[in-house]
Amino acid sequence: MAVGHAEGPGQNLLLTRLEDVISWARSNSLWPLTFGTSCCAIEMMMASGASHHDLARFGAEVTRPSPRQADLLIVAGTIVKRMAQPLRTLYEQMPEPRYVIATGACVISGGPFIYHSYSSLRGVDDVIPVDVYVPGCPPRPEGLFYGILTLQRMIRERAGLKHPEERRAPVTAALPEGITKQEIQAEMLELFEAQGRRNVHEEYRRTVSDPGAKGAYPGRGERG
Amino acid sequence: MSDWLEDFIAGKEGAELLADDRPRSLLLPLPALIGSMQALKAQGFDMLNDHMAVDNPEGEHIRLLWLLCSTESGELLRVCCDLPRQQPVAPSLNALWPVAEWQEREVYDLFGVLYSGHPDLRRLFLEDDWEGWPLRKDYEDSFILEPGKP
Amino acid sequence: MTPKTLTLQDLLRTDFAPGGGTQEYFVNMGPQHPATHGVLRLLLKLDGETLRQVIPVLGYIHRGIEKICEHQTYRQIVHLSDRLDYLSALANNWCVTRVVERAAGIETNERIETIRTLMAELERLQSHTLWWGVFGMDLGAFTPFLHGFRDREELTQIFEDTIGARLTMNYIQPGGLLHDLHKDFAPRVRAWLKDFGTKVDEYDRMLSGNLIAQKRLVDIGALSGDEALGLGATGPVLRASGVPWDLRRVRPYGVYDQLDFVVPVGEKGDCWDRYWVRIEEMRQSLALCETLIENIPEGKTMLVKPAAKIRLPEGTFYEELETPRGIFGVHLHSRGKDMPWRFHFRSPNLHNLWCITKIAPGARVADIVAMLAGLDLIVPDMDR
Repeated sequence: MAVGHAEGPGQNLLLTRLEDVISWARSNSLWPLTFGTSCCAIEMMMASGASHHDLARFGAEVTRPSPRQADLLIVAGTIVKRMAQPLRTLYEQMPEPRYVIATGACVISGGPFIYHSYSSLRGVDDVIPVDVYVPGCPPRPEGLFYGILTLQRMIRERAGLKHPEERRAPVTAALPEGITKQEIQAEMLELFEAQGRRNVHEEYRRTVSDPGAKGAYPGRGERG
Repeated sequence: MSDWLEDFIAGKEGAELLADDRPRSLLLPLPALIGSMQALKAQGFDMLNDHMAVDNPEGEHIRLLWLLCSTESGELLRVCCDLPRQQPVAPSLNALWPVAEWQEREVYDLFGVLYSGHPDLRRLFLEDDWEGWPLRKDYEDSFILEPGKP
Repeated sequence: MTPKTLTLQDLLRTDFAPGGGTQEYFVNMGPQHPATHGVLRLLLKLDGETLRQVIPVLGYIHRGIEKICEHQTYRQIVHLSDRLDYLSALANNWCVTRVVERAAGIETNERIETIRTLMAELERLQSHTLWWGVFGMDLGAFTPFLHGFRDREELTQIFEDTIGARLTMNYIQPGGLLHDLHKDFAPRVRAWLKDFGTKVDEYDRMLSGNLIAQKRLVDIGALSGDEALGLGATGPVLRASGVPWDLRRVRPYGVYDQLDFVVPVGEKGDCWDRYWVRIEEMRQSLALCETLIENIPEGKTMLVKPAAKIRLPEGTFYEELETPRGIFGVHLHSRGKDMPWRFHFRSPNLHNLWCITKIAPGARVADIVAMLAGLDLIVPDMDR
């Protein structure tokens, strides 16, 4: 986002457009709906709730079971004809602005159930508009993170205040071909450290070295 | 394994042992079905493991298969019965094994076999207004996509 | 006379409860509900807080897999079986493989059978750790979720080294195994098993003794052995009701006949017994894995050409085995082609589900969540 520093008295003003601030805030506080129909939901649980991968690092860990409190619908698992109507209802119950990530082969194209099935939908975009496609069967948690980071970038780049219902063309967030597990993990670590140290480690170190200091962890100083 | 099965079918007209090796299979005529099932349950087959159907359009019949299991002897037994493809009606085994109620709903849903004496004959997986019986070989649906065809 | 068919609308009638004079009403639980683990829909008929009737409505993930199987070769069907019960993907693979191998007359060697057994037992642990985590979450305790998934993640990575997939593992194939074991497999599994031995005790300390958990589980949803058999329940649900029916013991496959293990059996068949049986199964599986990992014989891991087309003789074949959730069976009706004429899965979850119609009436609304968690249902396996 465009940021300028104000010169003059005080010197601690930050000038930017309100729209940019809101987009930035929105992108970092996505509330996904706990919705999953099959296999991809387990990988989504591994990614979002569980301790190893921990989606909280990217600001999207507040999963909500009610669509009225969520703004991100991660469609995880095959959608069949019978589920299409409830899914549409769920989507419509979510408040604007709302975003949709389609994870896994089934919701992108029908995946293994594309041929000879009398009930599997061939792509969820027949039912609801999709922002980001995450391929995989199922996508590994890092793949889902890549999709969420892509969505966050889209939200930041999109001036969505005046026209919240306006949609951009969907994108595919596929991990590059030939990438190894070690490379993914190294990149994740780098990303975590780059974002995490600023927010957590520095403050933590400061508090540890000076127990009396009040800062990142309010209450720590008082408790001693 | 004992040969009680050969004694079992000896008195029944139209009943025969099929050539399959394991589990042993018994083909029964429709009228003898419910009586034989009662006798088999009394023999110790306390678990109705599974129920399915196979469509056979050339023979103009649908074959129903029940898989019985005895938790005492560990024996498995398959019971088959042929029904006409038009208007297939079979007796419900719900009174013998409660699980038959739902297994029969599945077969009704996918093959259109009706069960007399069934308390709640509804489709199990598909919507109530679905047309046709999807697992029959002549099921046609414009929704189905086949490779190589637009 | 043609039998009468019904629709869901026909069931939506409520009456005044006998004696009390209050009117019953319906509440939909699902298809989007966090405690139904997917898209199971339960129609609850309630009188105040008391459940009168539970009507499961299925089909929200009915993908028509049995129809698709009729157009797939036998090797391709193995990968579809992963997507049924994705938490016991290897057991499902194994069952399809066994029916194909028996029909085609393929003999396997000791190494293949040992690795298959080891993988199935490791997956039982993987599945039960997930169950335990989600079970705790359903009861309102979030910490078990974190602990269960932490241990599961380690095992997932071990599987990934060898198999290449994290969840839908398509490893056990007709004629052998897709790959040989990864060089790190044995040391990593040994380390994990050593670690996990203390974790099961930790699970016990964390949740089993908890007074709230006890109050929510003991004497809730009791099911007698005869009822469970009549309803077709298998696996831990049946064993919790006191029926020692475990295919690994009664009809051994793989190398289970050479192994020594105890089949845990419950008494009352309530939610607590189901919980306890699974916790004990984890301990038994742990001991089995510790034995198996030290005793993997040498040999080839693939005995047929991977690209060879498999044609099966005519006939109807059936095989079943014990997955973490119960008996998974495969009916194969072949007409001598390289694709089956009819392929049918006997799903453990579909049969276990019907227990809810028996145990729920008379209970309170909040108990149905504990009952569902105790049955450990996977919805795509029911709907197929």
